[in-house]
Amino acid sequence: MSEPILELRGINKSFGPVHVLHDIDFDVHPGQVTALVGDNGAGKSTLVKCIAGIHPTDSGQVLFNGEEVHIHGPRDAAHLGIEVVYQDLALCDNLDIVQNMFLGRERGKLGLLDEADMEQAARKTLTSLSVRTVKSVRTQVASLSGGQRQTVAIAKAVLWNSKVVLLDEPTAALGVAQTRQVLDLVRRLAEQGLGVVLISHNMNDVFEVADRIACLYLGRMAAEVNTKDVTHGQVVELITAGRSGDLGIARPETATI
Amino acid sequence: MSNTTSETAPDAPQGAAISDFGIDTTSQSTGEAVRDYAARLRGGELGSLPALLGVVVLLIVFSSLADTFLTLGNIANLLAQGASVVIIAMGLVFVLLLGEIDLSAGTASGVTASVMALHLIHGGNLLGGMGDTVFYLFCGLLALAAVLAGIMRIWAGVALSVVALAVALIGVPANPWVEMLLAVCVGAAIGCITGFLVARVGIPSFVVTLALFLAWGGVILQFIGEGGTLGLRDDIIFNVANGNLSTAGSWALFVVAAGGYGAVVLGRHFSRLRRGLVASPTPIVLVKVGAVLVLGAVATYALTLNRSKSDLVVITGVPFVVPIVLVLLVIGTFVLERTRYGRHVYAVGGNQEAARRAGINVAQIRMSVFVIASSMAAIGAIVYSSKVGSVDPNAGGGNTLLMAVGAAVIGGTSLFGGKGKLRDAVIGGAVLAIIQNGMGLLDQPAAVVFIVTGLVLLLAASVDALSRRRAASAVR
Repeated sequence: MSEPILELRGINKSFGPVHVLHDIDFDVHPGQVTALVGDNGAGKSTLVKCIAGIHPTDSGQVLFNGEEVHIHGPRDAAHLGIEVVYQDLALCDNLDIVQNMFLGRERGKLGLLDEADMEQAARKTLTSLSVRTVKSVRTQVASLSGGQRQTVAIAKAVLWNSKVVLLDEPTAALGVAQTRQVLDLVRRLAEQGLGVVLISHNMNDVFEVADRIACLYLGRMAAEVNTKDVTHGQVVELITAGRSGDLGIARPETATI
Repeated sequence: MSNTTSETAPDAPQGAAISDFGIDTTSQSTGEAVRDYAARLRGGELGSLPALLGVVVLLIVFSSLADTFLTLGNIANLLAQGASVVIIAMGLVFVLLLGEIDLSAGTASGVTASVMALHLIHGGNLLGGMGDTVFYLFCGLLALAAVLAGIMRIWAGVALSVVALAVALIGVPANPWVEMLLAVCVGAAIGCITGFLVARVGIPSFVVTLALFLAWGGVILQFIGEGGTLGLRDDIIFNVANGNLSTAGSWALFVVAAGGYGAVVLGRHFSRLRRGLVASPTPIVLVKVGAVLVLGAVATYALTLNRSKSDLVVITGVPFVVPIVLVLLVIGTFVLERTRYGRHVYAVGGNQEAARRAGINVAQIRMSVFVIASSMAAIGAIVYSSKVGSVDPNAGGGNTLLMAVGAAVIGGTSLFGGKGKLRDAVIGGAVLAIIQNGMGLLDQPAAVVFIVTGLVLLLAASVDALSRRRAASAVR
């Protein structure tokens, strides 16, 4: 197996008295889709936000390409090549696709915008991801469907020569056909050599696109397994009980004390 | 899952990806563009079209009812009357784009006008004009504004506040240009305070500006004294709203403004076409540019004719307010459309959380729009003080601010943020100015004027709300 591009070692995070993440170890490998699963409140979104620099961690190490890094804010993460596609999309409805894809990182000199350059780069990225559903890159995001919006959000993350893309429930609000589009896109990202983290509740999605599955249980990493080594049932048990046979936390009841 | 793949994957071959996607690289035909536009209108994206139609309807109605309405003298007068509201409204568009409101812009403009008048009347001695306590408080507030702007790293705000402070402390002798600069700088300082309270302290803009609306009203009273009036006896300041360009100057303005517009629009259009980018069809662009050129030429020609009612004096030329409004419009539009800052304003107005996650300094953007709004309000104050020739305690009070907000909204700026252009303020301001002017010519009492203005605003807001509902249901 290739060297992980992103490694977390012993990450802890508390919100006041609530200890949300306990000693999390987590690896992301380039060219692979790692699914991050867990029940509501297991800490999936918190973990992603810690990686993205939105929440500072209390303790623990983050290694990127084998070197320790300190992420203090979204800009640090972006600088390393870590991009997050959030559940609630983080797109501006009143801007068009190009404007959204370059939001906060507009190209141009002296505060002026180089629209032509941005438009061409946006189109190139969308074409490289074989996005066929968007008619014009100058369409306002408000008039796109849910799947198209998700596509734009993902393409936005890819635009930056990013190394790791974290997707927070990208298919949660989508219909069958649109889910299809997005999953294909997720797969293509991995094929392009990116490390992809997919947070999902949907076991079908996870088993379809993920190479590895990391399962969180009450803020602990219950197991990191290869998708082909486990069954649906085992993953569900890991999610709900934190263990399945010899996989998972030894005794979750004692472990939480 | 596998069977859905074959069902939903597009039938088009893989090679179609680029051509399918490339609908935007080849420009549309004219017919398509027109149909597209019609579809967008039906979908609820009206923009400033209702306001433009309103201007046309009002022009027809008033010119048929009042003989004097379409006279050259009245048209020039109308431009000068409407200019101050339009300028304040242009500043407010920035605030409205964030979904905020600045209720204090009116009285803040009054404060800048009274500072300007005090400086002029007392020969630059603001200390003598205000009295010790008031003067030191005034300087303290300017210094505070500079510090607040510094905290938020809005350097333009720091610079303008410091200039105002320097002018006040040094006692620069009275000079109309210094006075006007002082007014704008004081406006910027006021905006720094408002913006800091909204963006950093986190008080809703409605409450902050409501409080400041009252407070600035009091400050104006303090500066001018109850029942007093400060006369502005200075030719340059008087000419801002009442003077005209020479005939040659008027045509030079036409060449620069309309020619510049044409050159920029056509240049950009063809460079986009050449590089294979999204572009409107060439005929439509040509028609747009042609319309601007023809209208500009007709207006310039009309305004260079003598419009004096008596045979003794000759009044010709384009009023100064026209280039003033045009310059502000061009600069503001450029900032909003073509700079990173403008893009961030739209982004924060559209989705504040998305903007924050994209690494935009949301607080800074939110503060900066108040600085812009108050500075523009100060320019508006210069224009209306010049028009009246004096500053009284009611300057900028009453419904000045609400007219400006009304102008922006009638023009198509959304109160919910994210949607609007600077030209909306101009078109909306034209609607309001025409109503006020036309009703006046028809000898209607103030009661009727207010009621009609209110109803027009209500109509504009309803059009906005209905079109938004339409747009919301059209999505997906």
